[in-house]
Amino acid sequence: MADENRKIAFICSKGDLDMAYPALIMGWAALGNGIDVTMFFTFWGLDLVTKKRVDRLEIAPVANTSFKMSMMGLPTGNLGIPNWMGIIPGMTAFASWFMKTKMKGLGVPPVREYLEMLSDGGAKMYGCKMTVDMFGIKQEDFLPCIESVVTASDFMDMTEGAQIIFI
Amino acid sequence: MTTRTIAGKTVQVNDEGFMTDPAEWTREIAAEIAREEGVDPLSEAHWKVVEFCRQSAQDSGKAPTLRQITAGTGVTTKDLFALYPKGPAKKVARISGLGKPEGCV
Repeated sequence: MADENRKIAFICSKGDLDMAYPALIMGWAALGNGIDVTMFFTFWGLDLVTKKRVDRLEIAPVANTSFKMSMMGLPTGNLGIPNWMGIIPGMTAFASWFMKTKMKGLGVPPVREYLEMLSDGGAKMYGCKMTVDMFGIKQEDFLPCIESVVTASDFMDMTEGAQIIFI
Repeated sequence: MTTRTIAGKTVQVNDEGFMTDPAEWTREIAAEIAREEGVDPLSEAHWKVVEFCRQSAQDSGKAPTLRQITAGTGVTTKDLFALYPKGPAKKVARISGLGKPEGCV
């Protein structure tokens, strides 16, 4: 085995429920395989690591062309959920509830718990300074998994030699 | 498929070195692989994880995932990574004489 440990870094820029999972799943797999993991949360991605947002992540069916009726077990093939239906009050909440239920059924933990697992497994997590300043987020607003708030330049320094994945 | 001798016993392994027949596994083999993996010696806490994996695989036919291990043994994620540092998923499966865990969580 090479002396230098393999390193992987994720830039999480999205705060939607569906976009929260890719980095969590891949990061967890990386830790399980002995790969160093660094996660940088920027812009909407900060929703994943702020206390008041993490349990309220949502997925909106509006303008999401991948959203199909068949996902709910209906024999409707490629028939999508019409956008006009997506704007009915409660549709986003329903879709979010539906996805959370599906994930739970697969034994996938909620985002808050997943982040804790990653942190316990040794992943290093940071907030993006510029967005934190722009959104007015304070250190106490973050989940404990966030070590500190760093600049883009700091992130570049700490991910030297890492494979970087932007989400 | 190939064979190799671990702790004096010839067992079948795949290309990645995982044992392919859990029935060929012995505690001596586990101790030997653990040494190779840098997990030495196997303490009671290590064995608790290995024994859970063996039982779980016997029941389901698959090596358990890390989350299944923490949920099933009560060992915390932090402790699991401390017991089997740098890649517990593969290390635990290898020491337990099982294939790679198939789940993602």
